[in-house]
Amino acid sequence: MDTTRRGFLTTAVGAAAGAATGPAQAAEAGHDHQDAPSDMTLRVKSLESLLVEKGLVDPAALDALVDTFEHKVGPRNGARVVAKAWTDPAYKRRLLADADTAIAELGYTGQQGEHMVVLENTPSVHHMVVCTLCSCYPWPTLGLPPVWYKSAPYRSRAVIDPRGVLQEFGVQIPGDVEVRVWDSTAEVRYLVLPERPAGTEGMSEEALAALVSRDAMIGVGKVTLARVNP
Amino acid sequence: MNGVHDMGGMQGFGPIRTEMNEPVFHAPWEGRVITMVMAIAAWGKFGVDHRRFVRELIPPAEFLAMSYYEIWYTGLIANMLDAQMVTRAEIDSFMPAGGSAKLTPALMASRVPTFFANGAPKKRNVPSRANFRVGQRVRARNINPATHTRLPRYARGKIGVVTADRGIYVFPDASANNQGEKPQHLYSVRFEARELWGAQARPKDSVYIDMWDDYLERV
Repeated sequence: MDTTRRGFLTTAVGAAAGAATGPAQAAEAGHDHQDAPSDMTLRVKSLESLLVEKGLVDPAALDALVDTFEHKVGPRNGARVVAKAWTDPAYKRRLLADADTAIAELGYTGQQGEHMVVLENTPSVHHMVVCTLCSCYPWPTLGLPPVWYKSAPYRSRAVIDPRGVLQEFGVQIPGDVEVRVWDSTAEVRYLVLPERPAGTEGMSEEALAALVSRDAMIGVGKVTLARVNP
Repeated sequence: MNGVHDMGGMQGFGPIRTEMNEPVFHAPWEGRVITMVMAIAAWGKFGVDHRRFVRELIPPAEFLAMSYYEIWYTGLIANMLDAQMVTRAEIDSFMPAGGSAKLTPALMASRVPTFFANGAPKKRNVPSRANFRVGQRVRARNINPATHTRLPRYARGKIGVVTADRGIYVFPDASANNQGEKPQHLYSVRFEARELWGAQARPKDSVYIDMWDDYLERV
């Protein structure tokens, strides 16, 4: 971690809380947002110790929440919703009419999935989802968002150049197909129901679910028989 | 506020960098940060709108240079200071101030499954007048509050059509400002891409934005 960033971690807290600003530190070049700076490891460990000592957090509760994010929520859940909708027309009708209730039937409810809407892709309409203001994403069905979804390049361009963005993901949308971008500005969370690929007739729900990628449920991928995207 | 977090339509950020087989967390500290935010939020001293607002207050150049979870770490400390859950001296030293009794955490491990499954719904079962109806043409108001808002800059002053009334929801502009929940109708509004971006956009494309009643005016 460079000293610029260390400086503004202090400064920003001061600015937000109206407290005194820490001393400016010498600038140093180079950022890599994918790296985990050892400085952050230390700071976060110290903060956790403070909060545990004050009785503000239970470290075992943090462990349980980390386990929820790593093992209980994620795109496998959303893929099961999609596969069920593909194989059960009555379920699909319920899902499009009242996503909260239909998704709850499979048990995928909770934080950041309280108010769900499902968007059905068709041969004439392609939906894709973004949060231009922060990182809103349906946790119970898709888990935590990938880094690119929260990044400035995606958030800035999804609304102004959706077809260019889709092309970067390898998705070509024909000119006569309507592209609808959904900006998650409120507490409604969107899940895209992708088109079922041809040649999957007779496949089991489980086999179909294995084809459904996270990207297809955000609307930046298509489901194919040979899964190519994450 | 007109901050750099409001990114819709900005240009020059470069290509989208995806990662194959991306882990949920890139380092253990990231998982500790997001879960501390949730465990501290369980005290009920500030809500999601306060959490978003303090992150937006990070100066633009600093915000853009920080990683996602550095922003969350910074916001968590700001929220706890604002709510007087910790003191500046405690944050500077990472040591508890002497003399205060140890509390019992609001979120114990045993309650995590229920806490996660229940979520924090923002829909309210209270009466509120719907000033707009599905099918109506509306204009997004041209507002520029220095405080928290969820009306993105790129939509302000633009005309769209209401496509759905989602019901009555907590209004973040009021909630983040300690002015109560001010629950009101939330609509899905369709804006033609050409209305937002001009002739360079495809004529059939559109952007759907969730809009509270207070964000809209009659055309």
